[in-house]
Amino acid sequence: MMGRGLLGIEDLEREDIELILDTAFHMKEVGRREVKKVPTLRGRTIINLFFEPSTRTRTSFEIAGKRLSADVVNFTPSASSLTKRESILDTAKTLDAMDPDAVVVRHNVAGVPKQIADQLAAPVINAGDGAHEHPTQALLDLMTVVEEKGRIDGLTVTIIGDIAHSRVARSDIYGFKKMGAEVRVVGPPTMMPAQVECLGVKFFRSLREALDGADVVMALRIQLERLAGALFPSVREYSATFGLDRAKLRYAKDDAIVMHPGPVNRGVELSHDLANRRPSVILDQVRNGVALRMAVLYLLAGQRRGVEEER
Amino acid sequence: MASDSPAKNRPATPSSAAPASAGVVLDDVAIQRALMRIAHELVERNEELGRLYLVGIPNGGPPLARQIAANLREIAGVDVTVGVLDTTLYRDDRLTGGIRPRLRRTEMPSAVDDRLVILVDDVASTGRTIRAAMDALMDFGRPRAVQVVALVDRGHRELPIKIDYVGKNIPTQRTDHVQLRERPGGDGMEVVLMQGRGAPS
Repeated sequence: MMGRGLLGIEDLEREDIELILDTAFHMKEVGRREVKKVPTLRGRTIINLFFEPSTRTRTSFEIAGKRLSADVVNFTPSASSLTKRESILDTAKTLDAMDPDAVVVRHNVAGVPKQIADQLAAPVINAGDGAHEHPTQALLDLMTVVEEKGRIDGLTVTIIGDIAHSRVARSDIYGFKKMGAEVRVVGPPTMMPAQVECLGVKFFRSLREALDGADVVMALRIQLERLAGALFPSVREYSATFGLDRAKLRYAKDDAIVMHPGPVNRGVELSHDLANRRPSVILDQVRNGVALRMAVLYLLAGQRRGVEEER
Repeated sequence: MASDSPAKNRPATPSSAAPASAGVVLDDVAIQRALMRIAHELVERNEELGRLYLVGIPNGGPPLARQIAANLREIAGVDVTVGVLDTTLYRDDRLTGGIRPRLRRTEMPSAVDDRLVILVDDVASTGRTIRAAMDALMDFGRPRAVQVVALVDRGHRELPIKIDYVGKNIPTQRTDHVQLRERPGGDGMEVVLMQGRGAPS
């Protein structure tokens, strides 16, 4: 079973994922009500501890917490304590002493959420750590696929792009594999982790072959600012070879859907047209993200170590 | 179709694995008779039947609400709206053992504003489920009035809540467990009382 906190999809059992998705679909119904708020986490406090800026994910967690009536506090250390050379763990412990019921952590170094979780009484939810994992993103992707296809078992999922530097790719690979899908990866060899097959995926060099028979096509964001020039010759060449448009999408199944974790570099990973309209489901992913994070907060918030856990 | 009790999520301890007894207190015939009588009472006590909105509380409530709606169609020729309202997110129970109760489906097909809402529960006891259902209902709008149907009222009320239409009053111990379930074999429903198996909901 899911323990205290959510650090990565790698730690979850299939039953945990199923419970989270089932809960998330019920939470989605709450978001369709006239009063989009339930009293479940009334009197509970959730801290968003984001060492790396991310307006989208932070806002999604914030709305999710507020729809459950929790008090949500955003803490962005770059603007305060880190300038005073306070260590990450000191910051986290200081916040923990204020008795939050959950702490959501984003950091650009892999493993920081785990380090923090080991020190805190409050459950920690990983909102993305380096190139390690981004579990709530993978869960909302799974939710969106279940919504579109009715299942995950037996589907073929093709992930395009920078697998090596993508926490989304890693979490998605774990998630889709655990739920019974075949996962393929395709992209420039410089963007593939060494021995990528160890993750249980099939590596393709040709986009056409990778797309053949795919039910779900996921394009990853290229970090233009970080990588352009280093791992592939030019943005134009990447987009010509691995950028998805309607013509290339024909290699996939007729009813294939297109996903992207956002924000899209239009004309790079996806053509303008594909970024805007079906079969891309990018805004459904965002919408489901709120419901999914409500589910995770509902299941985890309040399980402080040594309090409710003790019988 | 367990009664909405946090107790049912609790793993059985060795001592309660073998219940002292599990007696049928309401068989399918008695249940159907009670639901027909309740439908007649609804017709007698309410003037504007077109405003009726039956709302079942999972897991046991929705099939009962659907049956009452069918009875109302038969005896009064009215088509009544039927909804499903999960109360889990509105309950006041604290986390027990760190496990959150599983959510159930909510499906409210139309607005509740100015409607005469009839909450339908299988087993009423402490009143906490009904209290949670009323809170949830108010988030969907402003009903003209709210009344409550319970197939079984087993007593032990902890809140000032009145059940307007009762199928059957069954005296119980606090530690008993009363449950509406499918009959073994699948033909119809029955209410069973298991002594010493749970707390009232």
